[in-house]
Amino acid sequence: MLTYTFRRLAMSVPTLLFISLAIFLLLKLAPGDPVANQPLTIPPEVRQKMREALGYDQPLVVQYWKWLVQFFWVEPLVLTDHIFGTNFSDGKLRILSWQHRAPVMDIVVQRLPQTLWVVGTAYVVAILIALPIGIYSAYRQYSVFDNAGTFVSMVGFSMPPFFSGVLLIVIFSVNMPRDSFWWFPSIYDTTLRVTSWDTFQAQIRQMVLPVMVLALQITSQLSRFMRASMLDNLNQDYVRTARAKGLSEWVVVMIHVLRNSMIPVVTVIALGIPTIFGGAIITERVFKVNGIGDQLIGALFASDIPTVMTLTFIFAILIVVFNLIADILYGILDPRIRYD
Amino acid sequence: MRLKTALLGAAALAALAPTAFAAGHEGPRGRDGEVKIIYWQAPSIMNPFLSGGTKDIEAASMVVEPLARYDPEGTMLPWLVEEIPTVENGGVTEDLTQITWKITPGLTWSDGTPFTSADVKFTYDYCTHPEGGCAQATKFEGVASVETPDEQTVVVNFDGPTPFPYGPFVGNESPIIQAAQFADCMGAKAPECTEANFKPIGTGPFVVTEFKPNDVISMVANENYRVDGKPAFATVTFKGGGDAAAAGRAVMETGEYDYAWNLQLAPDVIATMEQGGKGKPVVGFGTLVERIMLNHTNPDPSLGAEERAVVRPHPFLQDPAVYKALSMAIDRALLVEVGYGQAGRVTCNWVPAPQLYASTSMTCDTQDIEGAKKLLDDAGIVDTDGDGIREKDGVPLAILFQSSTNAVRQDFQALIKDWWEQIGLSVELRNVDSSVFFGGDPGSPDTFQKFYADVQMYANNFAGTDPQAYLGNGLCDKAPTPASQWQGENISRFCMEEYDALHKELAATGDLEERGRIAKELNDMAVANGMMIPLVDRGRLSAHSVTLGGVDLNTWDSELWNVADWYRIK
Repeated sequence: MLTYTFRRLAMSVPTLLFISLAIFLLLKLAPGDPVANQPLTIPPEVRQKMREALGYDQPLVVQYWKWLVQFFWVEPLVLTDHIFGTNFSDGKLRILSWQHRAPVMDIVVQRLPQTLWVVGTAYVVAILIALPIGIYSAYRQYSVFDNAGTFVSMVGFSMPPFFSGVLLIVIFSVNMPRDSFWWFPSIYDTTLRVTSWDTFQAQIRQMVLPVMVLALQITSQLSRFMRASMLDNLNQDYVRTARAKGLSEWVVVMIHVLRNSMIPVVTVIALGIPTIFGGAIITERVFKVNGIGDQLIGALFASDIPTVMTLTFIFAILIVVFNLIADILYGILDPRIRYD
Repeated sequence: MRLKTALLGAAALAALAPTAFAAGHEGPRGRDGEVKIIYWQAPSIMNPFLSGGTKDIEAASMVVEPLARYDPEGTMLPWLVEEIPTVENGGVTEDLTQITWKITPGLTWSDGTPFTSADVKFTYDYCTHPEGGCAQATKFEGVASVETPDEQTVVVNFDGPTPFPYGPFVGNESPIIQAAQFADCMGAKAPECTEANFKPIGTGPFVVTEFKPNDVISMVANENYRVDGKPAFATVTFKGGGDAAAAGRAVMETGEYDYAWNLQLAPDVIATMEQGGKGKPVVGFGTLVERIMLNHTNPDPSLGAEERAVVRPHPFLQDPAVYKALSMAIDRALLVEVGYGQAGRVTCNWVPAPQLYASTSMTCDTQDIEGAKKLLDDAGIVDTDGDGIREKDGVPLAILFQSSTNAVRQDFQALIKDWWEQIGLSVELRNVDSSVFFGGDPGSPDTFQKFYADVQMYANNFAGTDPQAYLGNGLCDKAPTPASQWQGENISRFCMEEYDALHKELAATGDLEERGRIAKELNDMAVANGMMIPLVDRGRLSAHSVTLGGVDLNTWDSELWNVADWYRIK
């Protein structure tokens, strides 16, 4: 297993390098201009100067190499400096955003907590809701509960967040009286710091709507998975054996069947974790949560290549890593699976 | 601007100000707590020299200020100076090559240090550094040097007679930054000064305490602000991001925010939001004109790369009957109603404002399809082969009509296509993503500069109040060509000797009345000779909470120009 892990890790280096090159070339081939959003009153000569100041017209090889060095050498140095108080990175140029001319990683660090809070909470909430629903739906297949669950997850899965988000805003922010308990803010207050019970409540309240939108989607997906996996196992011979032994229904379902059914579900959950870091582009936009997804889409609109490049590459790393973790988890959950 | 009027206006304003206070919102600085502003385009930087984006310039305008700025009528107001220099008061030399500004004594930066002429000169050096990529470099065009005879005096020397010497250090695009803070940020080092770019020290009513790029700016009242009792608000939360609809909703429907900027929304959407009762829209008109540009070159795809949209003339668009008929067939009033509602009005002019430069000689309010048909018939442009499309000298009047991707523009395209088809043209529509259309990439065939179409629609305006440079967009040598890497502002490739000569005359005239006359004539000449078909004078529509007082929407400067005067209505 250990050898396998090392082999996979070693393999991921060229994979990631290739991914970074692919992202870079795609971004360069795509149309767009970092100064396109500047007003028309700015004449072409000034625009050209601005592009030059950004380093936009350097040769591709130079731009790519610069980015590689900054990402794999300068940024880790900055991190080391930050942790150990050293100053290896002094005077080295970091990856600077073309929009705000500040280091991209600083903004990522600033924004990651919001994404982890909102999307992460939604993920946890969704898991907590989805698993019981999936289990009970499968146990009482074709019952009223199962049918209702199927309907709700179909609706939840097919409704895009730009619709469900706005729908919730109309219900809970616009039409709800402001002093009602059920009024929730439609705009995430990113300056809020949790320092007291009141601010904690405010934080929870402003997370309600975006978490609801995201949780609905994830719940629909996960509960379907859970149900299908449970159904596969409920008809197996070992379940009959367990019942024949005289075990209670609780023990049969919750211990024997559930444990076996969790194997594929755990994989799905693990593979979904990178998406938490990736943020939720649309939901973050709708509720103005200053997360990673919002940063990515903003950078895309502004043709801010260094930011887009860095973010997508971080996602790529996370996906590669969590794929590996899922594969290893498989081996741990199911002793029959061995890679060596 | 008539400067005398400007000065009188300023004096009157100063006289009126105390009366305004008597209305019951006077008091100590910071008495009204927090004001929340939302811009659906989030500011990315607080240094207006590193970004020309309106969102960034306006956010920065609360902190850094110019020597003089414009009021909502487009009149210049002395801001950090005692008066506007003119030839009459001796501030501008007779030969129009030098302007002398006198800084108000006793001004300080928000950190308490004195504001001096050295800061003004530094700002000039900072923006004109060749490696800096300064977005506002045009403001300093023609400036030969900036001198500082003493701490209160700034002398700007131009390299030739400059009839309108109010480019440098005037308006929200040319504020003064602090020399001490930006000293190490010159040229190529400019982007590395993150702290200074995010939290500039200014003379304005507010000071940045926290800047989260593309998200939120927190500000507090400037303790060293020059006016006692202002600003009324102690803190500002300046939120950015999302979309115009959400911003409008947050002010007018949910009441979570006090001010929402530039709500480019369908008129019925605004009306519905207004019923929310928590806020109301305000409109201001500037110089932004939605227009259809007519191609004066031949965009035929069968021509080679060196000739397409380069060789003149266009097969039929320069025929006066054709472009006049195209204009007559358009129902501008309907376009305004469909696209902009109260934030738009019909215009027949390229330069719709300020009043001094706005021509009144043309009318175009009513649609006249029959008249347009008759005009074409009389010119002998008729359908000869029976396919329903008119021909001129055997060339069918088939038009490719392009624009950028935008809901209102596509509505306009569909309506105009229908009207033009009614008068016997065939119209093909096309829309291009705005980042490509306006992107100026010489390699792309879809930019508005390349103009690989017969007509195209977009909006443009000019910064400040003087249209000289803007009218210069009609000069023959400003046409984009392959030789100029497709750069150039004369998008329609309009070219007339008389026009060029008259523009030269404008550039040599100092008297404002005379400048107004020439500018109007240039405007009429360009429109009457088929450079463009002006459609809609687009105003700016913003919204403010019913409890927010003092808002005076300004399209000539930052919308937040008078944020120091805002207060809470109790």
